[in-house]
Amino acid sequence: MEGDRKFGDPILEVQDINLSFGGVTALEGVSFDILNGEVRAIIGPNGAGKSSMLNVINGFYHPQQGQITYKGKTRRQMRPHHAASSGIARTFQNIALFKGMSTLDNIMTGRNTKMRKNLLWQALYLGPAKREELEHRDFVEHVIDFLEIQAIRKTPVGKLPYGMQKRVELGRALAAEPELLLLDEPMAGMNLEEKEDMCRFVLDVNDQFGTTIALIEHDMGVVMDISDRVVVLDYGKKIADGTPEEVRADQRVIEAYLGVTRDDN
Amino acid sequence: MFYREAGQFKTDYASDQALFPIAQDRWFVLAVLFVAVAVVPFFVDDYWANAITLPFLIYALAAIGLNLLTGYCGQVSLGTGGFMAVGAFSTFKLTTAFPELNFIVVILLSGAITAGVGVLFGIPSLRIKGFYLAVATLAAQFFLVWLFNKVDWFLNYSPTGQISMPPREIFGILITGPRAAPEAKYLFCLIFIGIFALLAKNLVRGRVGRSWMAIRDMDIAAELIGIRPLEAKLTAFAVSSFYVGMAGSLYFGVWLGAAEPIEAFGIEQSFLVLFMIIVGGLGSILGSFLGAAFITLMPILMKNFMVDGLQLAVVTAKHIEITMLGVLIIFFLIVEPHGFARLWQIAKEKLRLWPFPH
Ligand SMILES: Nc1ncnc2c1ncn2[C@@H]1O[C@H](COP(=O)(O)OP(=O)(O)OP(=O)(O)O)[C@@H](O)[C@H]1O
Ligand SMILES: [Mg+2]
Repeated sequence: MEGDRKFGDPILEVQDINLSFGGVTALEGVSFDILNGEVRAIIGPNGAGKSSMLNVINGFYHPQQGQITYKGKTRRQMRPHHAASSGIARTFQNIALFKGMSTLDNIMTGRNTKMRKNLLWQALYLGPAKREELEHRDFVEHVIDFLEIQAIRKTPVGKLPYGMQKRVELGRALAAEPELLLLDEPMAGMNLEEKEDMCRFVLDVNDQFGTTIALIEHDMGVVMDISDRVVVLDYGKKIADGTPEEVRADQRVIEAYLGVTRDDN
Repeated sequence: MFYREAGQFKTDYASDQALFPIAQDRWFVLAVLFVAVAVVPFFVDDYWANAITLPFLIYALAAIGLNLLTGYCGQVSLGTGGFMAVGAFSTFKLTTAFPELNFIVVILLSGAITAGVGVLFGIPSLRIKGFYLAVATLAAQFFLVWLFNKVDWFLNYSPTGQISMPPREIFGILITGPRAAPEAKYLFCLIFIGIFALLAKNLVRGRVGRSWMAIRDMDIAAELIGIRPLEAKLTAFAVSSFYVGMAGSLYFGVWLGAAEPIEAFGIEQSFLVLFMIIVGGLGSILGSFLGAAFITLMPILMKNFMVDGLQLAVVTAKHIEITMLGVLIIFFLIVEPHGFARLWQIAKEKLRLWPFPH
């Protein structure tokens, strides 16, 4: 299926990104691009800098060096609010849901940047404000149907099992109708069945809505199955970039994953 | 058995979004409103107005205000007394400077002025959280009361150090001043606070409320999905202070009629309102009412019971009352942070299953 898919121009290009925290270097000279419509995996051993990379893309971390070109505009760094309102949504490695709110409300927050009616209108909840709320509720219900979570619509998310929370978090990201969806280990800690469901949702999102996806994942089987191209990071540096087959055969990737040093072979 | 939504199918999201989607709830609310509007006014004398209904209603408004900020947006404030003072002194200055100004307009303007002050003192919240923010708002509390006490202009150079509310009418009915009828004051506050409770409820179930709760539950994630912390926190401070300011305005204008800054708006007020939202329920409009009812009524009931019933000394009764309040607050903080509102909800869920336990 990878072979006959046609991808567009890059939606995002990062160039020569350097990011460090005090003495710790998280990313060093990392460059790659993400094409419109593809599923791009970012893999690498623990602490390789994968999450940091996503944080740079959506403006939570500001790299010391490098530039980011998103939808044709080049910037030194992104800003979280700008990233969110210009079509970048994400999920987190450690679930970051709003624990005190219901599934429905959590997913509704994904539409926040699209809602325009001011405070006064909302307080009155008349005409335009009510219409706006219902319009967005309608969209969110589609997301809920898509993810098959109708039954937990009104449940506070703090009470949901882990796998469900991951799904709600995906729902919140989808509610923003992202053009670029960043998923940080969406299947971590799931059992096989949950993983399969999640894979299906990711592929469906990509297929049905044409959403570009950047995904961090440790399970190599999953990565090989669903991604079009893979970037491999190790100790903050990019060590490989290509199709899953190319990456799998790459000597440096094998070494990084097996933890062997060059001298050993 | 009788309280359940069986057979009440919602066919569109509009009815699911309704305030009280379950018919029994609607009937219950209507019944309460009917009693409040059509029955209570016949019984309200000066004692009932000044000791029970006005304190309950006005504290409920203040509690809603604080709950918006603390319960919904997660920003702790100990400045409620000070912000009530801003509302009260705005009302005093506005009514004396512009005698023609309608009292409702005065209340709204007082709320607006307090909102401005609230935003000012809310700015530190962009940098500091939790305990440190509480201390910053405590500073606001002391500064404001000190200011009103110190600067004679706020008191219109009153030699007694007190401010007193001139009589004002609404639609020809006297609402403030010593000659205002208790049922008029009660009904006015009831309607006013009823409307603003409804507006608050609308706010918290819409976009604004969701962004407040998102900031409360996880501010970093909120920011990353595009909620601006600055905007969310400052609107919470503004709206909250608007409510607290209006409560201060009614507290001074309608209920007390005369006030002295240190006594009426001290730190005890801040704690009292904070206790209300803790026992009533953080993050609940209904809880604000329940908490206000509990904290204003409990002392009266306890006094009736212990002093008149058990013949205890007044001082002993007071001590027992304060101890009980302390125990309750600790109970709610540890066991049920959502307070009476949550207990009420659990009771409803049980009732829904009754008489079958599962
Ligand atoms: N906010 C931070 N402050 C300090 N150091 C950080 C911060 N975020 C990341 N790091 C460091 O940057 C490096 C890369 O971390 P990152 O979380 O990006 O790795 P990762 O590839 O996502 O790893 P994992 O597979 O464990 O999630 C690590 O050494 C980490 O300790
Ligand atoms: Mg990570």
